[in-house]
Amino acid sequence: MTNVIKIRKGLDISLTGGPSNDIASPAMAALYSLVPDDFHGVTPKVVVKEGEHVDAGVSLFIDKNNPSVKFVSPVSGIVTKVERGARRKVMNIMVKPDANQTTRDFGKQKVSAMNGSSVLELLLESGLFAFFRQRPYDVVPSPGVTPRSIHVSAFDTAPFAPRFEDILQGQEKEWAAGLEALAKIAKVYLGISAKQNAVTALHNKEVTEALFDGPHPAGLVGVQINKMAPVNKGEVVWTLGAEEVLFIGRLLMSGKIDFTRTITVAGENAVDAQSYKVLPGAQLSSFVKVTDLENSRVINGNVLTGNKVQLDGFLGARSTQVTVIPEVNCPDEPFGWIMPRVKQFSVSHSYFSWLCGKKKEYSFDARIKGGERHMIMSGEYETVFPMDIFPEYLVKAVIAGNIDDMEALGIYEVAPEDFALCEFVCSSKVQVQRIIREGLDSLREEMC
Amino acid sequence: MKALKNYFNKVKPNFEEGGKLHAFRSVFDGMETFLFVPNDTAKTGTNIHDAMDSKRMMSIVVIALVPALLFGMYNVGYQHNLATTAGLDFWGMFFYGFLAVLPKIVVSYVVGLGIEFVVAQWKNEEIHEGFLVSGILIPMIVPVSCPLWILAVATAFAVIFAKEVFGGTGMNIFNVALITRVFLFFAYPSKMSGDAVWVSGDTFFGLGKHLDGLTTATPLGIALSATSSTGYKPFNMDMVYGLIPGSIGETSVIAIAIGALILLFTNIASWKTMLSVFIGGAVMAIGFNQMGLEGNAMAAMPWYEHLALGGFCFGAVFMATDPVTSARTSTGKYIFGFLVGAFAIIIRVLNPGYPEGMMLAILLMNIFAPLIDYYVVQSNITKRAKRIKVNQ
Repeated sequence: MTNVIKIRKGLDISLTGGPSNDIASPAMAALYSLVPDDFHGVTPKVVVKEGEHVDAGVSLFIDKNNPSVKFVSPVSGIVTKVERGARRKVMNIMVKPDANQTTRDFGKQKVSAMNGSSVLELLLESGLFAFFRQRPYDVVPSPGVTPRSIHVSAFDTAPFAPRFEDILQGQEKEWAAGLEALAKIAKVYLGISAKQNAVTALHNKEVTEALFDGPHPAGLVGVQINKMAPVNKGEVVWTLGAEEVLFIGRLLMSGKIDFTRTITVAGENAVDAQSYKVLPGAQLSSFVKVTDLENSRVINGNVLTGNKVQLDGFLGARSTQVTVIPEVNCPDEPFGWIMPRVKQFSVSHSYFSWLCGKKKEYSFDARIKGGERHMIMSGEYETVFPMDIFPEYLVKAVIAGNIDDMEALGIYEVAPEDFALCEFVCSSKVQVQRIIREGLDSLREEMC
Repeated sequence: MKALKNYFNKVKPNFEEGGKLHAFRSVFDGMETFLFVPNDTAKTGTNIHDAMDSKRMMSIVVIALVPALLFGMYNVGYQHNLATTAGLDFWGMFFYGFLAVLPKIVVSYVVGLGIEFVVAQWKNEEIHEGFLVSGILIPMIVPVSCPLWILAVATAFAVIFAKEVFGGTGMNIFNVALITRVFLFFAYPSKMSGDAVWVSGDTFFGLGKHLDGLTTATPLGIALSATSSTGYKPFNMDMVYGLIPGSIGETSVIAIAIGALILLFTNIASWKTMLSVFIGGAVMAIGFNQMGLEGNAMAAMPWYEHLALGGFCFGAVFMATDPVTSARTSTGKYIFGFLVGAFAIIIRVLNPGYPEGMMLAILLMNIFAPLIDYYVVQSNITKRAKRIKVNQ
């Protein structure tokens, strides 16, 4: 029996506009784009020219500092544009897909016959390595450093997140092959939800499993690392999304890359809120439909950690969902400091949402609903932060730029996403995720 | 409301950079966000936010203070009536107190918020709401006869030197309202302590009766000056109702309890701090009872009387729980609260100079709060450091 780790601190936010159980397979988008910003910590060097034809699986750009890390096109087609922003920063590398897709063949592999370095080499060459993230610093890892362990979370507890156990159906072999391959590189830890019987049943002897039970952020890999095998100074761990393990499995079994994801599109302003089978980088307008576009916010990812995009933007490389919420649903709300505001959700008991049960759905918009202040209330972050870290003190150490304190308080164990709920509940409206990101970046600059 | 919003939108450009009223930007900003929840949307980080903000938080605290304030007003009239036999009825007593206290509230807010507005304008920040609470606390913790000009000086001192120099609400080390009081206490002792300050012998707008040289001791004052260990006033229910002389808002245990319920119900004040203050006070008082210090009435006073008298309840509920200046870690809150309660009683019993120790106990612990937190956080740091060693 795998042990169950109970997560008590956290918060499940219920929003209106949940997805139905249907899965659609929309037609190929008219345009795909690889966005280097999706891969934090990478300095992109574009290796294709505009007008060039690429197969799916051919590099579009590489990391200047680690040229072996390749970022490949998810589709075959013509590179139409390399879009650059201020200071010639690469913003988008757009590919117009062919009608008949051609995919680069890496050759079928037998996992049992492979070793760590051959797996790594294959992942690097096929572009799958780019999906890894490394702690510390929450960046694309450097392939030269062997990780202590690899962590995968088989479930996502964020609002409207896709259910991995459903996605897994019919792909159990790929899942097993992917995990087995990862285990060749380093010890693999897998966090499973206590409710995911389908995943638990596939018990894989190569990986160390733990069951997690509790509200969001129980599904965040950072929380699971902290509970299973915390990161110490000097150690490096890699993390990978559950669906990306399937990508590895597909590559091993078919010899070709297939990044098809089953993502959810949901939210109050989303039309046809359901699951979609799409490729990363697909233009959002090809499958996301929005009511009241003027007053909508399209989010690449979930409402807590995702970033705002335009509807003609592209699905993020790591995005497993697209959320569409109103930008402002209640403009010029009078006397917010005293009105009962029964339609608003708050963890604070000065609102009435805590009396309405956990099932009640709330309409959320993107308003901050207050001005940014110094941190006033104490203990707010702790209620939604299950890691064995003092979040408030860590955030303050980052604000103060005190590297010794950051290290001592556990900066190496965290990623900005771990602080998303802290930012949500903060009554002083501190931009916690931005602060942590800046702290990680400054630390990386200092240390590397 | 819509017309008002349109008006605000129309005049807004005047207050922006380059507008002719730019010097009043902070005032305009303050008014606008007071009337309407800002429409600003998230640019980074989470796309959705909890509806709670610091304005609402501070407003709830002010609401929690209202019962104690209203009772305080009534008690000012009641004590005046009792001492001068002015013959006021219930409403007479209340209005007497209302007229006595209102100018103090106005002075405190005008001075404090005035400074806040200026600082916000100067630092190009939004106005911090912290003074909404401090501004109402200040008149509630001074004796009724405290002159307004002294109150104005003390408020200005506290806001500038206890808060703004540290960076505003959230950055201050000491409770701002208590700094006001401690400033008055040491700079103008004759207006803040002794027997002549607790009951007003003046008329307000013709209400009440003028009486010179009126002196009334607080129960704690009586106990302090007693020469035998039984010299304290026996416990009676007036001490719970609050019909005793004292600072304006601090006397009624019941009114403060209503405030405490509001704060605990809304989770704004920490029950950990609040409860441990009472436990600390009770434990210390019982300890002194057992010691049997000869001739010390304070030491012999029963624990429940200690907790009911003076500023103990008020301090425990509204001052010790100030999230900014108290301990911030969960464990730290228990330690902080316990020591506040214990020190308050120690000062009462062992210090021959001051009858009340709550103010000094809280300020003392304000200094130590970061140290308490430091050790709590340090235990987490040590654990992390050990993990590295184990691995090696």
